[in-house]
Amino acid sequence: MNPVVNPGKRDRLWRSFTIATPYLWLLLFFLVPFAIVLKISFADPLVAQPPFTPFFDWSASAGNRVLATLDNYRFLLEDQLYLVSYLKSIKIALISTGLCLLLGFPMAYAIALTPYPWRNLLLLLVILPFWTSFLLRVYAWMVMLGKQGLINNMLISVGVIDQPLQMLYTDGAVYLGIVYTYVPFMILPLYATLERLNPDLHEAAADLGARPLQVFRDVTLPLAMPGIIAGCLLVFIPALGEYVIPALLGGLDSLMIGRTLYDEFFVNRDWPLASAVAVVLLLILILPIMLFQRLQQEADA
Amino acid sequence: MTHPDNRASTGEGGTTPWKDSSQEPFIELQSLSKHFDNFAAVDDVSLKIYRGELFTILGGSGCGKSTLLRMLAGFEQPSGGRILIDGSDITATPAYERPVNMMFQSYAVFPHMTVEQNVAYGLKKERMPKDQVAQRVQEMLKMVQLSDFAKRKPDQLSGGQSQRVALARALIKRPKVLLLDEPLAALDKKLREQTQFELMNLQDQLGITFVVVTHDQEEAMTLATRIAVMNAGKFVQIGTPSEVYEFPQNRFVADFFGQINAFEATVLASDGEHLSVRLENSDSEIRTRHNQRLEPGTRCTIGVRPEKLLISTEAPSREGYTVTRGVVEDLAYYGNRSLYRVRSQDGHVIQVSAQNYQRSAELLLEWDDEVFLSWDSSCSVVLTQ
Repeated sequence: MNPVVNPGKRDRLWRSFTIATPYLWLLLFFLVPFAIVLKISFADPLVAQPPFTPFFDWSASAGNRVLATLDNYRFLLEDQLYLVSYLKSIKIALISTGLCLLLGFPMAYAIALTPYPWRNLLLLLVILPFWTSFLLRVYAWMVMLGKQGLINNMLISVGVIDQPLQMLYTDGAVYLGIVYTYVPFMILPLYATLERLNPDLHEAAADLGARPLQVFRDVTLPLAMPGIIAGCLLVFIPALGEYVIPALLGGLDSLMIGRTLYDEFFVNRDWPLASAVAVVLLLILILPIMLFQRLQQEADA
Repeated sequence: MTHPDNRASTGEGGTTPWKDSSQEPFIELQSLSKHFDNFAAVDDVSLKIYRGELFTILGGSGCGKSTLLRMLAGFEQPSGGRILIDGSDITATPAYERPVNMMFQSYAVFPHMTVEQNVAYGLKKERMPKDQVAQRVQEMLKMVQLSDFAKRKPDQLSGGQSQRVALARALIKRPKVLLLDEPLAALDKKLREQTQFELMNLQDQLGITFVVVTHDQEEAMTLATRIAVMNAGKFVQIGTPSEVYEFPQNRFVADFFGQINAFEATVLASDGEHLSVRLENSDSEIRTRHNQRLEPGTRCTIGVRPEKLLISTEAPSREGYTVTRGVVEDLAYYGNRSLYRVRSQDGHVIQVSAQNYQRSAELLLEWDDEVFLSWDSSCSVVLTQ
């Protein structure tokens, strides 16, 4: 037998390995944990270690029956609290995404139109906040927004108001925190798309009779769509499950689903119910994306 | 589709409206300038272009030709001067309201629209009824032979097809003037030649005035009714292709259009119509047409195109010919012609391009052959530096 592996075969092995790596990653760190969470979501809570009933009962006396239950999901529907937090989360995530887009698009466009080397500087400024801890930056906002905070003190000393405004622990503070934190994730993909646009296209549209706003609507916007979608997903997805920002900046009534999830896991120690909350959250995220991709494919065909 | 009354060739000015002072210019640039910071990209230029012309602006990169075109399109605001089209001042008119359309060098075909949608875009902005748009688009696509590609997206088109989309899109609004920025630059050689003739035919059919910007002298020569040669923001010479080739006014223009042999000379006599000079280091006297009076004793440069020179092993004896002798230093055989580099007795290297009239497997002239060079003195052109 020829002991030498022929190069073609080795190449193919290497290629399979390269292709397999991301799938393996997803399998190990996404699909397996998800399967575990899914499994737990069908269990009953238990004061034990682990704190939930097993999926199967292997004991002969029980007759090998499946112990899975849909009780947790039923409970999600019965108790208004969950529906309310889901809706509130979706609302906050949607509005924040919209605000990020409104703020991020002009910024990304301005950066794309700025000549080098200033453009690199501006891009650096966009990413600069990531150099400090996210938590620290949220605390900084608490210092700024508080009753005795920087903004209130300044407004009072200038004489605009005589009573400090309630800014911290409101929905407004949550929006501010989310938009502040996530706007770079909107700017970067938008910049990447806008930067590649051939400026001739805008002039061509103007040349054919399009006014500046029409040029934007007919050419800039549709061609920036991949960046807009990427940016919106990058903001919407983490914003929907956001826990820290509403916990620190939001009021008691700003019950986002991340907070509910946290409470179920760590306060009530009801793992199965928490898992069900997480599974539903994932479905809320995945379904629209799949639907969108389906529509995209149909449009392309 | 012909618009006979738009044609340059049928107007009262005949085929050369620029020579007829009674003709109204169709496009007029009056002392047009464009400054970027302290740099004058276009420096106080004036120009008249007539209806139905295929006018070419020719120059190297950075000469200001593109800036000039962009001012015509409305993408750049002039720093000074005026632009008139068909009698009305459009200097301050925004691009989207000008009766001018442009074909971009990059074609700038909208990648997210089909061929059909690209071509229809200009008419849609005019709010033309849908059925009319569809009809006009169909006609236009037929004209540029893209009817079968109407539903394609630009990324499914070849370079030549994209170019025709860009052309159709620019023509569909029936602009008064079509601006073309390096229209053939991105095409390969075969396609260039074909497209060149298509463009000329189209222009002839539609009677739209074309203004072409190019850096390629061959493109300019074959397309244009007239050429404006531009350098450092100014026009160096404006004339028909044969005028700028055969009667270049200066060294820059002469060099831009092919090669030219330059000889230093001294003026003997000048009457404002003809000029007599003596070539330096030679006793040859040359008499040629030159409408500028020069003082006797003035030094000037005489240019002769390589193809005007005759090369022979025996002394030519033709009346009115200038003769010089030399040795073949280098030669290149191109099949239809040969290029010789001859070192003359006074040490100049002179280029000669000779048609190969005779059929022969051997070279008619070899390296180090002693040869006579001669040319009709009237083919000499006086070049100011």
